[in-house]
Amino acid sequence: MTSVTGTADPLVRAQLLREQSARADRRATAGRVTRQVVVFGLFMVAIAAVYISYKAFGAAFDHEQHTWRIIGSYLPRSDDLNMPPIPDIFGALTDPLPGESGSMAGTLFGEALFTLRETVAGFVVGVVLGLTLAIALARSSFLERGLTPYIVASQTIPLIAIAPLVVIWGRKNIDFFPWEWKDWMSVSIIATYLTFFPVAINGLRGLKSPRPENLELMESYAAGWTPTLWRLRFPASLPYLFAAFKLAATASVIGAIVGEISAGVGGGLGRRILSEALRYSTGPGRLYASVAFAALLGIGVFLVITAVEQLVLRSQGRKAIT
Amino acid sequence: MSAVEIRNVSKIFNRGRANEVHAIDDVDLAIESGEFVTLIGPSGCGKSTLLRLVASLLSPSEGAITVAGKSAEQARLDQDYGMAFQRAGLFEWRTVAKNIELPLELMGWNRADRRRRSAEMLELVKLPEFGDHHPAELSGGMQQRIAIARSLAFNPSLLLMDEPFGALDEMTREHMQTELLRIWEETATTVVFVTHSIPEAVILSNRVVVMSPRPGKISEIIPIDLGERSDDTREDPEFFKGVTRVREALRAVEGL
Ligand SMILES: Nc1ncnc2c1ncn2[C@@H]1O[C@H](COP(=O)(O)OP(=O)(O)OP(=O)(O)O)[C@@H](O)[C@H]1O
Ligand SMILES: [Mg+2]
Repeated sequence: MTSVTGTADPLVRAQLLREQSARADRRATAGRVTRQVVVFGLFMVAIAAVYISYKAFGAAFDHEQHTWRIIGSYLPRSDDLNMPPIPDIFGALTDPLPGESGSMAGTLFGEALFTLRETVAGFVVGVVLGLTLAIALARSSFLERGLTPYIVASQTIPLIAIAPLVVIWGRKNIDFFPWEWKDWMSVSIIATYLTFFPVAINGLRGLKSPRPENLELMESYAAGWTPTLWRLRFPASLPYLFAAFKLAATASVIGAIVGEISAGVGGGLGRRILSEALRYSTGPGRLYASVAFAALLGIGVFLVITAVEQLVLRSQGRKAIT
Repeated sequence: MSAVEIRNVSKIFNRGRANEVHAIDDVDLAIESGEFVTLIGPSGCGKSTLLRLVASLLSPSEGAITVAGKSAEQARLDQDYGMAFQRAGLFEWRTVAKNIELPLELMGWNRADRRRRSAEMLELVKLPEFGDHHPAELSGGMQQRIAIARSLAFNPSLLLMDEPFGALDEMTREHMQTELLRIWEETATTVVFVTHSIPEAVILSNRVVVMSPRPGKISEIIPIDLGERSDDTREDPEFFKGVTRVREALRAVEGL
């Protein structure tokens, strides 16, 4: 084994030092991932423990309702219908759905993919739109002052109200694209609507984040607005943008699911949750399983963005914000 | 032709408003090509402002500035000067080498030339093994050396330096002074240098410009004649004479 300090040639030494720090980096990353997996596992166990204890606690007091009226009157009941035992939830996943073949987990997986497609399409369009807006607003303080109130106001429209509208428009009026407009694309618009906002607002903050001495440096090089954007403003905004992407991606999943539910679009997790809610009494485990899948989809999307963020920012020797 | 000509320049920030500041008042100064001129004076006397005016990062409220016979703005557009600021201002997402290459990139140099040049510059500031590091891994003084390397990378004929050695320890500082003098002699660059250190001003300059505050004015210009600098210059009686003269001028300015 070559010792770093014992090597005379500076180039060889630099190379050895680089390899050494790369190894240390990989070890640190592996350690961090392991720690996160363990923490996540403990978190799931904790949730299960709370669920089980509440269920036991509620059940024990359920028949005392007339003497001790808190349980049953103010707190949710905890019988097997409202809170199916955890094994039942896992059981529902392995059983086929009524009138269908294959396990419910398989069906849910397909439906999660359907919702994921809506989410990703909406997210990508939302990022492009948000970034374009952020750049336009950073470029012109006139636009910034004029448009920002409307951008903020756009988010006060309740999602549940616009979802059916968008789907109806999509069916009737969106025929100018070279491809056939499908209902899932309307749901994507809802994800876009939730994505563009944090991207535009955080992106604008990021684009305006360079310190004055850095802007002066670019000015001293007589660099115009576009070179300054690509070499200074945009790279400076990356940590802000990733913070927005994490927010936007999880919001997009929620938007897609709520969109499916409120607009009655079939094929995704939202529709599944709706139909399992309607036949709740015949299989409460199925609803819980569907909701768990929706939560996992949100967590998965968040983790993917976080991983990309770590990769990009780490390669630039910096840290994520938030 | 003068390298820099500052004619009756005044700078008033926020003119006519409550926070109006008269930063520079009627400054007149001609700097010859190849000259090394140092600006010294109490904090807030307008040294940085004067340098920014020459760099055309600010425009004068009155008067005019020419650089290499052109307007200061044209000189900026033509990249006639390199600038090192009071703060290093490196881009944290770029490696050290890429930071030095930034002006070269903007000037359209090809990758191989840029690499060669940044390697040379890293040798010059005695940090050859740090090219692939990110600025956050460097001490403040090392970052400042990288900023100096960046300002020298494209061989500008005029160097504007705002307290570039303020963050360095004494030995590195003397070393950088020697290096700067060597570069200056080798390249026939004109240097306008801001400092708070009297010995630094004396060892480096042909002329020391002493400024007084509120509003910023030139109160005295002290010529220094140390001839060719060597390791012994810092112990030369001429050097101490220069130090004494500058100190007395500064005392007069501060009313001591
Ligand atoms: N952009 C600005 N807007 C308003 N006032 C300014 C601006 N820049 C500088 N000033 C004022 O001009 C005066 C001179 O500032 P300047 O930075 O040139 O001083 P300095 O001599 O470089 O001081 P120091 O030695 O502390 O760096 C100060 O009173 C400062 O407050
Ligand atoms: Mg200053």
